[in-house]
Amino acid sequence: MIKYLKTDDSKCVGCMTCTAVCSRLYFKQDNPARSAIQVLDRGNNEFHLIACDQECRKCVDECPVQAIRVTQAGVVMIDRKLCVGCLACVAVCPIGAMRYYPGDSSPFKCVACGACAKECPKGALEIVKKEEGARA
Amino acid sequence: MSVKREDFKILSETRFEPKAIERGYAMRTMHVDVGSGAFTEKPVSEDMKKRFTGGKGFGLKLLWDAVRPTTKWNDPENEIVIGMGPICGNTNYPGSGKSLVVSISPLTGIPIDSNVGGYFGPYFKFGGWDALELQGKAVKDVVLFFDANEGQVQMLEAPAALGVDTHVLAEELTVAFSASEAERQNVSVVSAGSAAEHSFIGLLNFSLWDKRRGGVRVKQAGRGGIGTVLRDKRIKALVVRYKGVVQDSNKAADPALVQRTGLKLHREIIKNDDKQCKMRRQGTAHLMEVMNDYDLLPTNNHKYGRHEKGNELASWVWEKYFTQGLPDGCWFGCTMACAHAVDGFELKTGPYKGHKVCVDGPEYETAAGCGSNLGVFDPEGVLEINFYCDTYGVDTISFGTITSFLMECQELGVLNRERTDGIDLSWGNWKGACEVLHSMSRGERFGTLAGKGVKFLAGHFAKEYGADPQLMKDIALHGKGLEQSEYISKESLAQQGGYYMTNKGPQHDEAWLIFMDMVNNRIPTFENKAEALHYFPMFRTWFGLQGLCKLPWNDVEPADNAKWEEPNKVPEHVQNYCDMYTAITGEKLDPPGLIRQSERVYNFQRAFNVRMGKGHRVDDWPPYRAMGPVLEDEYLAREERYDKQMKEKIGVDPAGKKLAEKMRITREFRTRQYESLLDAVFKRRGWTMDGCPTPGHLKDIGMDLPEVLEVVNARIAGEA
Repeated sequence: MIKYLKTDDSKCVGCMTCTAVCSRLYFKQDNPARSAIQVLDRGNNEFHLIACDQECRKCVDECPVQAIRVTQAGVVMIDRKLCVGCLACVAVCPIGAMRYYPGDSSPFKCVACGACAKECPKGALEIVKKEEGARA
Repeated sequence: MSVKREDFKILSETRFEPKAIERGYAMRTMHVDVGSGAFTEKPVSEDMKKRFTGGKGFGLKLLWDAVRPTTKWNDPENEIVIGMGPICGNTNYPGSGKSLVVSISPLTGIPIDSNVGGYFGPYFKFGGWDALELQGKAVKDVVLFFDANEGQVQMLEAPAALGVDTHVLAEELTVAFSASEAERQNVSVVSAGSAAEHSFIGLLNFSLWDKRRGGVRVKQAGRGGIGTVLRDKRIKALVVRYKGVVQDSNKAADPALVQRTGLKLHREIIKNDDKQCKMRRQGTAHLMEVMNDYDLLPTNNHKYGRHEKGNELASWVWEKYFTQGLPDGCWFGCTMACAHAVDGFELKTGPYKGHKVCVDGPEYETAAGCGSNLGVFDPEGVLEINFYCDTYGVDTISFGTITSFLMECQELGVLNRERTDGIDLSWGNWKGACEVLHSMSRGERFGTLAGKGVKFLAGHFAKEYGADPQLMKDIALHGKGLEQSEYISKESLAQQGGYYMTNKGPQHDEAWLIFMDMVNNRIPTFENKAEALHYFPMFRTWFGLQGLCKLPWNDVEPADNAKWEEPNKVPEHVQNYCDMYTAITGEKLDPPGLIRQSERVYNFQRAFNVRMGKGHRVDDWPPYRAMGPVLEDEYLAREERYDKQMKEKIGVDPAGKKLAEKMRITREFRTRQYESLLDAVFKRRGWTMDGCPTPGHLKDIGMDLPEVLEVVNARIAGEA
């Protein structure tokens, strides 16, 4: 099984509560550039939410030091102690869910912790489980 | 048999303060005298940094200071210097893990330089060193161990049980010197092998622990016999241990710019590689069918450029052999990841027959040099030669060019079974090629003879077997004593210059102009060619000053590259390099400044050749096989092209002329063309017509050092 953050763009109102929660939790600051969940403003009150689907795992294959692994819960995690900061994972991510902040030594990504989902006022985010897909 | 850390008796040991890299430099180098076991630290001055930049520049400077004009490759004062360069070891820009190795070559008697991947260079650098000098000779086999975290360095006696050949030795050492299995990626080994001890074509294997495969992989400092020098010094291996590579191990002036520039190229590679060179899937072997299609694939000792079976060694064949199907880089963060390998390959010959091994490669040069050039179109034959060359520690390029020469000599009747000690060297017989390797590994007569290189062999066969000396000279593909690498140069005058007007000998890393010249006709005049033979060798020299790989420069290109005025230079990537240099060192650099850095080192290397008694015009002359058809069937294979050229370019009507006369006319014309090219190139490079850098030019580029001026002034006085 894969645990992941399921997003529903139709419910998002762009309040940025999720980015604030995420960046405060992991970086001690309210900064959308340091949030693993991203909110893209498409205009006309339409928003697109980006977070790792924990499924494609291209970053896992690309990592030269095997610092990116899949946990037993099916979540893709970066071991910062092993990471050499090359950002190959950022380049290979097809949806831009692997992020980095300029000058920081390691990239970061959504680890399906659910903190944002708890705070989302519109129910646009939830932690769910899915079966292993084509890779299983 | 496993060897343990405690089996290594300590002969000498020293401790240095570990030193953090600052803006790409440690500002010190390490010198090891393996004769006395002394390790010493040398400071790097601001002046040395300014003039020599780093990497190969530092290597050549240290080598110059270590040797005399009379130094031979096997004199104790000859050195092996491994230099890293300021950009080396960053993990963001693809192709940044290279080290540059220099030494006085057993093949040429002048400095050789070889660019190599693997983890040794960056790990050693991060211990706080810009270069490593190895000098002297040990009395018995030693292993040098560098703990780059602790600053501890040791000269150790190699235990008798330790393997010799790299695939055994490097694995044994990696296991013995890592505290646990998880730590193996923190160890890298430099080693040669048994054939390096009995030939002049020995190489250095730089290892990397491949975590996914759970085994050692090796990348080669292949050219010019540096592995031969290593074993002559009785150095069995170098081992470095370093833990702690991070994004900013170089302490860059602007780490965010390093990230941004690297990420831009990562994305370009991920997006474009599949549509362009397929390096991520096939590596440099993607060139095989392209070269065959353009009549450029060396076949039967560079006699022909195409073979009907050419596609039996095509990229798609190799792709099927390559295992894992995942990125295979030789340094962290190289998304070009072209270092492919074949796992579980069962050997069919030699001492490891029946063993299932991992073969690193083949890369293009090996597939061409040890495949088509030997008339071998069995991929498994190529893999077998590839494996044994690597583990025995010999260069696949020199070995391929030597063996093709031997095969042609057998075809011409110069060699027979008696003279080859029973080895059948018919075209296509890869087992015969392997026999030469095994004979070299065992130090037997024929293998040892072959290992002396084609320059020696051409003279030897003329003297001992009465072979036609001119024919031997014509088909022995070497320049300055170094075997030519694996592209057909005879139809591209610019590439003849690209090969033979090089500092170290005919290696394609200085200039590859065949498409620009022959296929696309973009550099038609002598002046155009001379400009290309100035710019590209200088530009490509720069990779070696920095610790960079050439491949990410033009084996991937921005999608809009063609819109630029000079697309062959890949202008956006040139700017990337300037940005990377500035981001790491904090010093501004523009494209002309980049060329100037290279010019300083390039001219220094040429002056080094002059100092060693070489570097004359005549030393830049190719064998005729590299310039045109030597034999009648060779002419006939391209008769239409040669006849057309005679009519259009030479102004002679070939109609009614006998073959011998047409060949003579072609040869005379091509010889004159090459002379004119030499004139134009030497002029453009700021050299005399004998190929010596002038004092005025050295002053212009900031390389008018007293010791260099003394050398060139003495040569020029002699020319007058």
